Amino acid sequence: MDLFAIAFYVFAILIVGSAALMVFSKNIVHSAFALMFTLAGVAVFYALLHAGFVAVTQLLVYVGGILVLLLFGVMLTTRGSFMDVKTRSVNLLPSTFFVAIVGGLLIFVFVSTDWILLPLTEDQVSLPGLGELLMTDFMLPFQVAGVLLLLSIIGAVLMAVRKKTLKPGTQ
Amino acid sequence: MVFPEWLAEPGLNHFLVVSAILFSLGLLAVISRRNIIMVLMGIELILNSANLNFVAFSRYGALSLEGHMIALFVIIIAAAEAAIALAIALNIYNRFGSVDVEQISELKE
Repeated sequence: MDLFAIAFYVFAILIVGSAALMVFSKNIVHSAFALMFTLAGVAVFYALLHAGFVAVTQLLVYVGGILVLLLFGVMLTTRGSFMDVKTRSVNLLPSTFFVAIVGGLLIFVFVSTDWILLPLTEDQVSLPGLGELLMTDFMLPFQVAGVLLLLSIIGAVLMAVRKKTLKPGTQ
Repeated sequence: MVFPEWLAEPGLNHFLVVSAILFSLGLLAVISRRNIIMVLMGIELILNSANLNFVAFSRYGALSLEGHMIALFVIIIAAAEAAIALAIALNIYNRFGSVDVEQISELKE
């Protein structure tokens, strides 16, 4: 077993284990921290797949941004003491059964399909290629994504700070 | 100790299996947890599994750098979605006093 295989299996166990912990943990703060390990493990997987820029973006955006946002959401939507942040699950047994069927089906399809594989290329820096694609083929999605982010920031701020103030005259 | 041959060298299928397991766990979080924040976390897991597929195919398959680009755009949209969804969750908490999705059953007249 070479280093790649060892790293793959270690981080696969980390990802799947902490994802399971996230789903089955009763305490939502524990869930959020388990999600952090899952996301960091997925970033390592991107690095193993020679997608360095995606790995760094995953760390910055998911672990640094979305996870903090989720923790803020937990804190702001919890009543009283912070120690009993318990949440409940419903229909755990049937949904686990259903999800096991879905997962088994997916794995069966993935393993039994004859994927067209290309020979592995040498490791290369993907950043110049990504920048070039961003400025040529993906120009429109790039601009639209910028507008989308602006819109979502404005919308989130407007929704989060809206107070119930009646305008004069509307009653 | 002898490993089976398919276990020794991780390939495309190994990454796909991990992503399938991630997808299943995210689906389980979405359909069985009742806290709205937990549902959001499940959605993040599902998006991550899709991203992992894209990047794995761009490494092993014919999807070259486009896979990386699609993964980046998915991350961008996930960030926007998380911000909006958290704002909606805050509004729901202010109005209903709870973030349990089963108690949110009223519409404004």
